[in-house]
Amino acid sequence: MTDSKYFTTTKKGEIFELKAELNSDKKEKKKEAVKKVIASMTVGKDVSALFPDVVNCMQTDNLELKKLVYLYLMNYAKSQPDMAIMAVNTFVKDCEDPNPLIRALAVRTMGCIRVDKITEYLCEPLRKCLKDEDPYVRKTAAVCVAKLHDINAQLVEDQGFLDTLKDLISDSNPMVVANAVAALSEIAESHPNSNLLDLNPQTINKLLTALNECTEWGQIFILDCLANYTPRDDRESQSICERVTPRLSHANSAVVLSAVKVLMKFMEMLPKDLDYYGTLLKKLAPPLVTLLSAEPELQYVALRNINLIVQKRPEILKHEMKVFFVKYNDPIYVKLEKLDIMIRLASQANIAQVLAELKEYATEVDVDFVRKAVRAIGRCAIKVEQSAERCVSTLLDLIQTKVNYVVQEAIVVIKDIFRKYPNKYESVIATLCENLDSLDEPEARAAMIWIVGEYAERIDNADELLESFLEGFHDESTQVQLQLLTAIVKLFLKKPTETQELVQQVLSLATQDSDNPDLRDRGYIYWRLLSTDPVAAKEVVLAEKPLISEETDLIEPTLLEELICHIGTLASVYHKPPSAFVEGSRGVQHKRLPARAGSGESTDSPDVSQSVGGATEAAPTVIPSQGDLLGDLLNLDLAPPAAGPTVPPSMQLGAMDLLGGGLDSLMGDDSEAMGAGLGSTPAVMPTSLGAPPVVGGGLGDLFDLGGSVGMPAGAYVPPKSVWLPAMKAKGLEISGTFARRSGVIQMELSLTNKAMSVMTDFAIQFNRNSFGLAPAGPLQVLTPLSPNQTIEVSLPLSTSGPVMKMEPLNNLQVAVKNNIDVFYFSCQYPISLLFVEDGKMERQVFLATWKDIPNDNEAQFVIKDCHLNSDAASSKLQGSNIFTIAKRTVDNQDMLYQSIKLTNGIWVLTELRVQGGNPSYTDLELSVKCRASEVSQFVYQCYELVLKN
Amino acid sequence: MIHSLFLVNASGDIFLEKHWKSVVSRSVCDYFFEAQERATEPENVPPVIPTPHHYLINVLRHRIYFVAVIQSEVPPLFVIEFLHRVVDTFQDYFGVCTEAAIKDNVVVVYELLEEMLDNGFPLATESNILKELIKPPTILRTVVNTITGSTNVGEQLPTGQLSVVPWRRTGVKYTNNEAYFDVVEEIDAIIDKSGSTITAEIQGVIDACVKLTGMPDLTLSFMNPRLLDDVSFHPCVRFKRWEAERILSFIPPDGNFRLLSYHVSSQNLVAIPVYVKHNITFREGSSQGRFELTLGPKQTMGKAVESVLVTSQLPRGVLNTNLTPSQGTYTFDPVTKLLSWDVGKINPQKLPSLKGSMCLQAGASKPDENPTINIQFKIQQMAISGLKVNRLDMYGEKYKPFKGIKYMTKAGKFQVRT
Repeated sequence: MTDSKYFTTTKKGEIFELKAELNSDKKEKKKEAVKKVIASMTVGKDVSALFPDVVNCMQTDNLELKKLVYLYLMNYAKSQPDMAIMAVNTFVKDCEDPNPLIRALAVRTMGCIRVDKITEYLCEPLRKCLKDEDPYVRKTAAVCVAKLHDINAQLVEDQGFLDTLKDLISDSNPMVVANAVAALSEIAESHPNSNLLDLNPQTINKLLTALNECTEWGQIFILDCLANYTPRDDRESQSICERVTPRLSHANSAVVLSAVKVLMKFMEMLPKDLDYYGTLLKKLAPPLVTLLSAEPELQYVALRNINLIVQKRPEILKHEMKVFFVKYNDPIYVKLEKLDIMIRLASQANIAQVLAELKEYATEVDVDFVRKAVRAIGRCAIKVEQSAERCVSTLLDLIQTKVNYVVQEAIVVIKDIFRKYPNKYESVIATLCENLDSLDEPEARAAMIWIVGEYAERIDNADELLESFLEGFHDESTQVQLQLLTAIVKLFLKKPTETQELVQQVLSLATQDSDNPDLRDRGYIYWRLLSTDPVAAKEVVLAEKPLISEETDLIEPTLLEELICHIGTLASVYHKPPSAFVEGSRGVQHKRLPARAGSGESTDSPDVSQSVGGATEAAPTVIPSQGDLLGDLLNLDLAPPAAGPTVPPSMQLGAMDLLGGGLDSLMGDDSEAMGAGLGSTPAVMPTSLGAPPVVGGGLGDLFDLGGSVGMPAGAYVPPKSVWLPAMKAKGLEISGTFARRSGVIQMELSLTNKAMSVMTDFAIQFNRNSFGLAPAGPLQVLTPLSPNQTIEVSLPLSTSGPVMKMEPLNNLQVAVKNNIDVFYFSCQYPISLLFVEDGKMERQVFLATWKDIPNDNEAQFVIKDCHLNSDAASSKLQGSNIFTIAKRTVDNQDMLYQSIKLTNGIWVLTELRVQGGNPSYTDLELSVKCRASEVSQFVYQCYELVLKN
Repeated sequence: MIHSLFLVNASGDIFLEKHWKSVVSRSVCDYFFEAQERATEPENVPPVIPTPHHYLINVLRHRIYFVAVIQSEVPPLFVIEFLHRVVDTFQDYFGVCTEAAIKDNVVVVYELLEEMLDNGFPLATESNILKELIKPPTILRTVVNTITGSTNVGEQLPTGQLSVVPWRRTGVKYTNNEAYFDVVEEIDAIIDKSGSTITAEIQGVIDACVKLTGMPDLTLSFMNPRLLDDVSFHPCVRFKRWEAERILSFIPPDGNFRLLSYHVSSQNLVAIPVYVKHNITFREGSSQGRFELTLGPKQTMGKAVESVLVTSQLPRGVLNTNLTPSQGTYTFDPVTKLLSWDVGKINPQKLPSLKGSMCLQAGASKPDENPTINIQFKIQQMAISGLKVNRLDMYGEKYKPFKGIKYMTKAGKFQVRT
């Protein structure tokens, strides 16, 4: 008897059967039924219909049943908010239960029910639980504050939960402290400047005490929080480091890495000549090495972080090269990271070992890895000058293997070695030239051509070699073509006599026969240079090139510093600042390493002192990222730099003051004026009172014209019609309509699953259309659509999509995708969808425009059988953003002049004639004038739709 | 924090999902499947995968991918550690961690996941505490539960949950009090062609099985504690005492747990217990290759090397092999090109060998890559680092427990290049 039995019932009346069982009197049967419901839920079946029946099972003293019901509630409360209220009472009651387990369970579950209405009821029980005598309840409640904040941040602030949470940092129980810290950190993430975690030496002390006693996860939260603190001086820094170091021996690798982060950051403040500094450096190495014996996923994250640590403080791991040696069955992502670190650690002392390893890797099976290994040899040569010769000979050995991709990769890196050490290893060129024919990758060909061009004077048959490439010039990639052009020009400048023909050939190929502007332009530049001033050409083309250096692979120092502050986070895995990719973190603070005490140190680490010392002096080598620049600018503007975060409140205060003062003075003035007014002749008011009919009439008129501004009339929404029958779409039926609600265009869809299987993964796309309608967001179908279920979705549309004229004009072609297939259909939208709210024209403008539009553009229509008088028609049309500018009555006939503006800025002017006096004559006459006369037809259709419904 | 968890089986189906915050659509896993398709081997799927709105962090164990969905900045190691803990817990509860076992116990799985994480924050991950909250399923209990109507959910707050020793419950009672410790060492090594050691290191653990009544306080001391300079402890170990006296002092959890893991790095001299003589050659232009392999013991302090298994990934050009083992059995899979030789025990008087020829594709050039030989073995009653436990003492309780220490050395990633 296993739980798999819960999956087996697929009979027709499954839901019905479950319903009966849930309402059974027998406890055991009830529980089994709830288990079946949960099982269905886990596989994505929709069992929300059973909501009331399941909730009825909630009041029970059977804890397992209670937990199961809670599981259900958390999943479905959101879709059934009204019914979820039914559960509130039981929750409130459970929060008073004598058993702390039940109290905690209740408050935990309530927080997971993400329904606004319920959160209000949650406040009181939560407040009690935060002060509960049992620490288990308190720690659960602390997390609940974070949950609540996620649902309704304002409520949490208003209710003062944040202060209670801050108080919990001083709780006597370490677990409560840890959870309070975790909750506060999470809340602080969405309020970067809120200063929620106000760290001072006292709180730090409390955190350090709790650190020793709480669970491994709690330790991670506390350590991450500690890392945000900036100690006052090196002594405080050292004492924190001393208390954090034992965490390096923890079995949980996340604890270890968080501890490493704290130490790496605070170490920055310690004077380097301190004994403790050296001890700390030694202590850091073993835990980092240990991380590499864990599971491959852990290794990967550890390696990414070690990569940063090695760049910041290479001394920590300089003796540990061997642990980064690659094992042949490491996953590829671990291999590549190890390789990168090996190069960073390579030095004169260990280069022999490293090279032997790299040579070994070059014979492995995995092509990507082999290429990287060959490249690594080149990087070693560039990094460790003394090893360059050995690297070159290793590369030559590899070229002798004749393995195609090894040879090509080797030639690419040898080119880099030439650029680092010019005029040193040209003796190998002959060997390289032997392999010319086997090169088929553009990068390798380009590298080879560069070498031939650069050293043309030493290669006897350079012209022949280059000529051989020239034969298939048009089939080469741009990279190779450009390189070939430059190389031949170099050759010509070096040996002008023999190669005139060749250079002319390549110039004409580049300038006349090529479509590539880059190539053509470079060709022309060379041509002109050569024909006008060959000496200048020589200076330009054969100029001395800057040497390349290893620094090009290093992370830019300011970024590195920021990343060191984020060790162990996603940022450290991607080597990007958190602001670059973490969603929802508005205005992330750039973290900086603290400055070391003692002025003598500043020369030692210029970047650090600069970052703290002041924004005015910019070290020339460091290019600050944009964020830093902004920060610096801000600092410059504000006189005391420390005032940064406190500025907003003070500004608010200023505003308050202004208002307060302003009000006061206004009031004062008023009372004075009134006092004065009392004595003197009453001013404006009485006069207007004296002439009621005029004003009243004016007002009435205004009202009439202004129409039903405040009235709920709204735009007319046609009923849904079937757009995509189920037969055509493998069981998916789509019906829908369009609506414009308070300025937002919406496509309202009903998706019905008439197939036998569950549908998921819905997505929608529009073809280009006349008015650029496009979905403004993804199609929100969150739960899978089970058989015979219908789901209502409303999709907001924007009008900023690509435009293409459709036939008919209001045709829209739609593609809907689900897990089964992609389906296409087309539908037509009422053009009134596009009538914008500010479509009311000025009277004068209306008149002028009416005259301005040629009479040819005027279209006449008749709306038959409409029993509306002009006022009713006007107000009805107003709801659809058709605005009446003026009304004229001639011979019992009301003429309404109306204006409409479309989303794309087209104005439509109309004249609507209503037979005011004669009820038997019910036809309305409409004439439409518009510069784009195609829309007239559709405007008429809208009038008819709106007026008749 | 952790938003959701999806379990994906080897054929790429999501067979379980759990959400701790709002529901995240399954379609987010499409990004995972894409990455999976790109990876050539199942284990090459990158552990962290970015998607437009989420990050997917996955671990692969027992051929199941555990894919966690996160939305904000979270330490990835925290997520990975937690996922491994989930797998360990499943294994602990159901004996195995397979798709079938998880589906068979889906309700318990759900209860466990709910108990382990609250709003993405870990709640209870200690096996001892979990087992008090949710009893592991056993056939007997299922029968009893159906008859008596009782449940497998603990009704009381676990006592250890908040005490200073959260890993141990109170009121433990045994009739036989026993404490056993296993010192297990794994050698990771890379040996080059000529037989010299490129790198060798030891990963050691001390696993304990402690079944003692009451609240015993144990101390464990070593003959040569200086070996242990890189250690990770179970939270129960008092770190200060270790720092000062190099003695392990702790109140143990009840049952099985890992007391300590340690690492003896490549800088210390690591003894290599076996050697390999090999001669694997291909000649240009010939469709035959020679294969000779001989194993022998080395630095084993007189202990026998057992359960030896040699595997090697031969070059793709090898069509088949024709080899004769002097002992044991060998297989060669012509599709995966994996050679595997189950040697058994090494007899120092008569060294095991595997000799013969390999058939290559006719006309093809000689293979570029050199096969690496992977060796597994076990040596009982010896810790290769030389670590020895001196004594185990118990305080705080009156009875006399049975004590035992076992040593074992195994090959970890032990590779010989050719």
